[in-house]
Amino acid sequence: MSRILKHPIIDVKPRDKIRFIFEGVEIEGLEGDTIASALIAHGVTTMAYSIKKQRPRGFYCAIGNCASCEMTVNGHAHVRTCITPLEENMIVVREQTEGQKL
Amino acid sequence: MIHTDVLIIGGGPSGLTAAKMTCEANLSTILIDRSHILGGQLTKQTHKFFGSKEQYAKQRGIDIATILQDNLQNFPHLTIMLESTVVGLYEDKVATILQRNEYKKISAKVIILATGASEKFLSFENNDLPQIMGAGALQTIVNLYQVIPGQSMVMIGSGNIGLIVSYQMMQAGIEVKAIVEANDCIGGYKVHASKLKRLGVDIKTRTTIKRAIGHEKLEAVELIQVDSDFKEIPGTSQIIETDILCVSVGLSPQHQLASMINAKTAFIPQLGGFVPLLNDQYMTSVEGVFACGDMVGIEEASSAMMEGYLTGLYATQYLNQPHPKCDNLIQHYQNQLYELRDGLFGHKTLIGIQKRKEKLTHAP
Repeated sequence: MSRILKHPIIDVKPRDKIRFIFEGVEIEGLEGDTIASALIAHGVTTMAYSIKKQRPRGFYCAIGNCASCEMTVNGHAHVRTCITPLEENMIVVREQTEGQKL
Repeated sequence: MIHTDVLIIGGGPSGLTAAKMTCEANLSTILIDRSHILGGQLTKQTHKFFGSKEQYAKQRGIDIATILQDNLQNFPHLTIMLESTVVGLYEDKVATILQRNEYKKISAKVIILATGASEKFLSFENNDLPQIMGAGALQTIVNLYQVIPGQSMVMIGSGNIGLIVSYQMMQAGIEVKAIVEANDCIGGYKVHASKLKRLGVDIKTRTTIKRAIGHEKLEAVELIQVDSDFKEIPGTSQIIETDILCVSVGLSPQHQLASMINAKTAFIPQLGGFVPLLNDQYMTSVEGVFACGDMVGIEEASSAMMEGYLTGLYATQYLNQPHPKCDNLIQHYQNQLYELRDGLFGHKTLIGIQKRKEKLTHAP
């Protein structure tokens, strides 16, 4: 639950901060983050709760394949946070139900 | 409706190389990927590649991703669409794309499927707890986003991915508490395993996971030893506290888009699972739809690149607008593939490829 500061191979550069709202609280991510990477850097391990048994759902595949990290972003349900870039002022909320039917 | 000569689905090693060929033949090309960056799995691979110079040997995956993208600069007929997921594919070569909450339709003369693979999973108690993740996912969050999701980890699977990712997590400062392998020997190359053993990592063979322990997230794992029939040996249970459990038990080709257009597929174990059947020119049973890379058989990124070049070249021939150096290049990349498959793992792949071709003519 932290950022890499030094690495033998990866070039770690300073990055601009991006502010966003997670569950009503303002937190910061960095330029280049996805929504999921910013949350994980803050120690968030639960992205959602399963619909029937309310079991915690975490980050799993990182390629937009498994649906485990889907969250409601700016009012849009089921956004795959592992492949969606973080943007300033995004409002990110955990899902606990199947979402609003259209 | 957007019209194009070629639509390439997937911007990893095979999609990027296929695009280079169709662009060089002056065909209008759309390359789409569901991620916000190109490069596919190369973007997290900090290790150096094997192979020859042509296959970017001794270069790191992260740098190869940049080279392949730079190769696509200055093509006026190329359109790259990111954050774009194919949600519908039709036999008349029309694709429905969802890009940032907006639907688009693309009609193409040729479609090249290059969707890659996804990680296999393992069933055990509590396997859905947060902080249990695929090896590729952990590698992505650490190497690409430079985020450390925990202090310690246990790796399930000692294939090359399990070994390489474990080593890379140590480079990032994560303690590798154990690497667990159900078979009686390590699955990956000895050179990778030796590196880890020298650093004191415990590689446990004939061992597997029985259950994950935790409430809101993973706290510990229970490991057990198994006999030669993979049955639990009583009294061998061991609880290890860990922040992360990484699952690296192989990859499955992502054949789903091929199935969506009723392309013939078959389960070919040597290629990793269900794959679309192909002729020698990488064309599926659906006229004008080609496929290449990990989605037609699990191999390495080096072979995916060679297949991407070849598939792009065959597509230019199919459209009667062949690449200016088509014949020479086809010969060249076929030779490269031949060299890459000249080994133990390659032998298995070749058997699979033969089946993939034979079944095409015999399948109903």
